[in-house]
Amino acid sequence: MSALLQVDNLDLYYGDAQALSAVSLEVAEGQIVAIVGANGAGKSSLIRTIAGIEKPRGGRITFKGRDITGLESYQTCDLGIGQVAEGRQIFPTLTVAENLEMGAMLPRARSRARQTMDEVYAMFPRLAERSDQLAGTMSGGEQQMLAIGRCLMGQPELIMFDEPSLGLAPMVVQEVFHIIRLLNQRGITVLLVEQNVAVSLRISAHAYVLENGAVVMSGEGEKLLHDDRVRQAYLGL
Amino acid sequence: MSAPASPLFADRRAIGLLLALLALLLALPALVNSYILSVAILILYFAYTGQAWNVMMGFCGQLSLGHSLYVGVGAYTVAALFVHYQISPWVGVWLAVVICTLMGLVIGFLAFRFGIGGTYFALLTIAFAEFTRIGFDHFDWVGSSGGFFLKVESHGTLDLLNLRGSPTMFYYLALAMCAAAFVFCAWLLKSRAGYYWQAIRENEEAAQALGINTFRWKMLAVGISSAMTSLAGVFFAFYYNNLFPEQIFNISRSIEIILGPIIGGIGTLFGPILGAAVLTILADGITELVAAMGLEIPGVKQVFYGVVLLLVVMFLPHGIWPTLARKLGLGQGSGK
Repeated sequence: MSALLQVDNLDLYYGDAQALSAVSLEVAEGQIVAIVGANGAGKSSLIRTIAGIEKPRGGRITFKGRDITGLESYQTCDLGIGQVAEGRQIFPTLTVAENLEMGAMLPRARSRARQTMDEVYAMFPRLAERSDQLAGTMSGGEQQMLAIGRCLMGQPELIMFDEPSLGLAPMVVQEVFHIIRLLNQRGITVLLVEQNVAVSLRISAHAYVLENGAVVMSGEGEKLLHDDRVRQAYLGL
Repeated sequence: MSAPASPLFADRRAIGLLLALLALLLALPALVNSYILSVAILILYFAYTGQAWNVMMGFCGQLSLGHSLYVGVGAYTVAALFVHYQISPWVGVWLAVVICTLMGLVIGFLAFRFGIGGTYFALLTIAFAEFTRIGFDHFDWVGSSGGFFLKVESHGTLDLLNLRGSPTMFYYLALAMCAAAFVFCAWLLKSRAGYYWQAIRENEEAAQALGINTFRWKMLAVGISSAMTSLAGVFFAFYYNNLFPEQIFNISRSIEIILGPIIGGIGTLFGPILGAAVLTILADGITELVAAMGLEIPGVKQVFYGVVLLLVVMFLPHGIWPTLARKLGLGQGSGK
């Protein structure tokens, strides 16, 4: 399998503070890859840099063999990198349908918007029921489904999830991870950033442990799950 | 796709009301005395500037507290061309638009490129208006702080080419500007840009994550808003015939511009118009009342503005129009 996304020696600074140092990782096509780590380890920074929202000081990001380092976020989106941002960033005063339409504004997705919307509604029947409801009035779980659905509207090949389980009820967390797996089975590659280490390691083919902006460990998800250091540091076992 | 403004235009009753209002406005100069006409002109002026400001703040969520900059620069540009070179305002207006749009884009570029948002962006707009005021205070070519004057013609003249004429002419000019701005903004809201702006206003982070080029669309909003506002400056110069930097660039002028849309309803098409009407009529009424009582209270208008603003923010945080529209059963209560 070839790497869909490859990150080499990425350095990111906020002013003088280094947020990422020499981070390298690989996401093969069709995989779920997890990045785990504590709060402030640089997980979100990594996703934001890949998306083009933050600009790295050094290193290289390659997507489908193409150098995308330093591209703007609207360009990476149009290449097929979707993003479900942290904290369910929906448009609260727009309806569910309008939120979804907003996700299909890219050239790559515009022409198939109708069809994609039907597919999203089929996957999330609750969104179909509530298509005229204002998004801000829905529950946290429903908003997360909407955020995922809206990302799908852009027809991404790779979806980066930033803390998708944050602030959700345990039942809903299960559902979100189920959906992530489902999307993966349908051929979408997933890069998953999570504090919920146990679940994300369990569903991922490969995982990286991030500490203070650097990769300190990597390997198969299941293997890391049984690694003593991981168990001690992140699972409290 | 359901556009934000579409419910209104789908509504026959709304169109009927709109046409009736337009007919009344067209006949107004024949019906009222010169004092009421001057109040009406003021209302239209603030409705227009409010509409222009609303493109930036109401549609795209970028708060400008320095729109007097564009009024002032627009006014000075056409006035200087007219006084010094006898260039018709219909020609000068193009230069005014170009200069103001460029100034808007410079401010926008500085802010959006370097990640200055929210309150800091608003401060930047104030700063630009302020140092332009100070610059004009020392700009001898246009009279510096002593003021710049256009020759006042007798009320009988009607010279459309040079915008010299009676208040009735200015009334119709202001009305045309308001109507054009209304139609233009309605179209903007339904355009692709309107959609993108809404996304940026609601949640810029999410808009960015969806692949919207937020920089480009925010620049467009600033450019359109500053260009529209410069036209108000052209009107201002030829209607009032005198320009003082201290007055025209003053921050209180900027505040007056934004009060209408805030009180009427930010982001709505009717909000700026309704807000301008309510504010101007009430503020003038209060001033007249105080004068009639033989009192002279400086700043009573400003205190009044403050009170109205407070009441609206407390009881109608979305402005008067959305509530009114719901009561009238227009636009599915969205008020847009």
